[in-house]
Amino acid sequence: MSQYNDGVHRTLRDSDFEPLGEQSTTPLLVRPSRSYWQDAWIRLKANRRALVSLYLVIGLLLFTFIGPMIWRVDPALQDVDQISIAPGADRSALVAEAYEPWVNGQVEPDFAGGSGLRLAAEPTTLRVRLLWDPMPGADNYRVYRNNYPIEDPQALGIPLADITRDNVYWYEDRLDLRARDYYYAVVVLDELGQPTDQFETVEVNVGRVITAVEARNRGLVGAGESLAVGDEVMMPWHPLGTDYLGRDMLARLMAGARVSLFIGLLAPLLYVVIGVVYGASAGFLGGKADQVMMRFADFVVALPFLLFMILFQVVFGIGPGESGIVPMLIALVVLLWPATARLVRGQILQIREEAYVSAAKLLGASHHYLILRHMIPNTLGVILVTLTFAVPSAIFTEAFLSFIGMGVAPPTASWGSMCNEGLKNMLTHPHELVFPAAMISITVLAFNLLGDGLRDALDAKMRSAE
Amino acid sequence: MWAYTLKRVLQGIITVWFIATATFFGMHSVPGDPLSGERASTEAIRANLEARYGLDRPLGEQYVIFLGNMLRGDFGISYTQQNREVNDIIREHFPVSATLGILAVMIAALGGVLWGALTALYRNRLPDYIIMFLVILGISVPSFVFAALGQLGLVGLNSAAGRTLLPVAGWGTVSHMLLPALVLGLGTMAYMTRLMRSSMLEVMSADYIRTAKAKGLPMSRIFTHHQLRNAVLPVITVLGPAIAAITTGGFVVELVFAIPGLGRYFVQAVQQLDYTVIMGTTVFYGAFLVFMVILVDLVYSWVDPRVRLQ
Repeated sequence: MSQYNDGVHRTLRDSDFEPLGEQSTTPLLVRPSRSYWQDAWIRLKANRRALVSLYLVIGLLLFTFIGPMIWRVDPALQDVDQISIAPGADRSALVAEAYEPWVNGQVEPDFAGGSGLRLAAEPTTLRVRLLWDPMPGADNYRVYRNNYPIEDPQALGIPLADITRDNVYWYEDRLDLRARDYYYAVVVLDELGQPTDQFETVEVNVGRVITAVEARNRGLVGAGESLAVGDEVMMPWHPLGTDYLGRDMLARLMAGARVSLFIGLLAPLLYVVIGVVYGASAGFLGGKADQVMMRFADFVVALPFLLFMILFQVVFGIGPGESGIVPMLIALVVLLWPATARLVRGQILQIREEAYVSAAKLLGASHHYLILRHMIPNTLGVILVTLTFAVPSAIFTEAFLSFIGMGVAPPTASWGSMCNEGLKNMLTHPHELVFPAAMISITVLAFNLLGDGLRDALDAKMRSAE
Repeated sequence: MWAYTLKRVLQGIITVWFIATATFFGMHSVPGDPLSGERASTEAIRANLEARYGLDRPLGEQYVIFLGNMLRGDFGISYTQQNREVNDIIREHFPVSATLGILAVMIAALGGVLWGALTALYRNRLPDYIIMFLVILGISVPSFVFAALGQLGLVGLNSAAGRTLLPVAGWGTVSHMLLPALVLGLGTMAYMTRLMRSSMLEVMSADYIRTAKAKGLPMSRIFTHHQLRNAVLPVITVLGPAIAAITTGGFVVELVFAIPGLGRYFVQAVQQLDYTVIMGTTVFYGAFLVFMVILVDLVYSWVDPRVRLQ
């Protein structure tokens, strides 16, 4: 423009009308412009703990929904030959002949000879055959079986039988045999039938066997394959072992995850939505309506939570031993919405007084616009964080109720009920408690850390701190 | 102060009435009734039983009678244990739960304040990391797992020592209470530690701390009189809900450790559908919790006068 002011006239040329090339006069922005959510996402990604927990949550969802498609084992199916086995246990079995009754204490050729308490045949899960020499001064004998080495004559294990017939010095054990070591003892009984301190013991290493018919029936071998006695077949594989009824732990954990996540995700989602609607309307309406609505919410908050969770099960007619997943869901929603309602109301009241809302009102913004454009986006962060923290508490509640037997009923698996069952065998088979407990802990941990991360990421104060 | 107290107590009474009403109508809307078992075999027996429990009257009248009895502190007779009053059950078993709960809250509050202050003092150093890791563990592991692990640990400890250092289950002496109370308080302790840490960090950068330093107070005095005292306020606020969580959360610990507390009795009553016991214990527990929360609020308003003005 300056050429008109400096007083010199010149003719305009064509080149004066060509556009200028790229030349920026304004300074570059210090950082790219990002939306609130982009910003939060970037901060979340920078938080390693939150990111790991996010992966954990995704992994958990895959485990729950994709897992059962890959690991197609019925969680209620019992594998009676493999009860309470630990993960990675030996699962081979030898094919044996069908069981035949033992008559007259015959000894198999391989086991001939020897003295004292000894075996009369190869010990298998079908039967253990014991044989002993007559002991001096003995009228009768009592046979004991123990799971642990016998150190103290007072602790011989379970008495299996009293042998009272004359000239019988053998015993066949067929009682619930497992592939493990047993410690048998035979105690001499005096003429009154009282045990004396005279006894003999033997350690027996029982091998797992299966009959050919059984193996075929269960589909452990292909239809065309031939089976001979002494062949090795593989029993069904249980990557995480089995529980006290021989049910596959992995399949049960997946089934339990469905229950836990159903309650854990749906209940918070429902009550947070209800709480948001209730709290937002109370906060938005204000005045008398707000007071009445909030007083009612206060009453619900004051109800003793777990007591009423249990009461709800009763009121819905869910007795002990019946599955009450839907009542549990309803109870959670009914009892927990006020917390969200209070929070959202507080937020709305706060936002209502903000300068930008006054500015928007001044510019003629409608209620509709205010709610959609200012109230909801500004409370969304808080709501999201509440939701994330609500998930672990709902999962905890489900586990707790199932643990005391007021949640899901026996055939259905849930992490809480699995813990309850596992607790009974805690000393002998710790894996039955460890796996469900670990699943609960990992899930709760992941959602807690994710909530922490989200709270930090969505906190606008953190933005200026960078 | 008096006006505030009166207002809170009135609110509490209305809340208890709300709990009682909700429980009453909840229990009476249950499909079937407590007498529809084999006990009421004939019409005559049934009528007699109904008259005994007052079930033959209209619901409205029953409600009025229930409220009247409740005001006199009478919750009726147990359905499953004839000749045993609900009051007796509460009188007998509640002290056990209360003892356990108070011990647990004490452990939780003391531990939370101590660990929280420690983590704040050692911020971003090794003790902070270790304690915060344990806190996350404490929040994420359910109490029944802690209970089981605690028992397992005790079994190991006792057999290692060759004698019973602490009993694994049961009730009676202080040694019976220690582990259950610790297990019961663990989750709350973790939560309080977190709360204490953040409030302590906030207090530590406050102006009055700088002033205290500037006038040459020794660090120990600043810690006890300025930092701890101000930082502990948020922990007191959550004491009310914590007592609520701990007393109602006591069921599991009472079940696992075989403690004859009211929580265990409540679960048992629910399993046997013993309606009077369920109603009585719920109202009693509800009233207890409501007034505990009020008590804590009053204490808080006494410690921090700003609350009263709101």
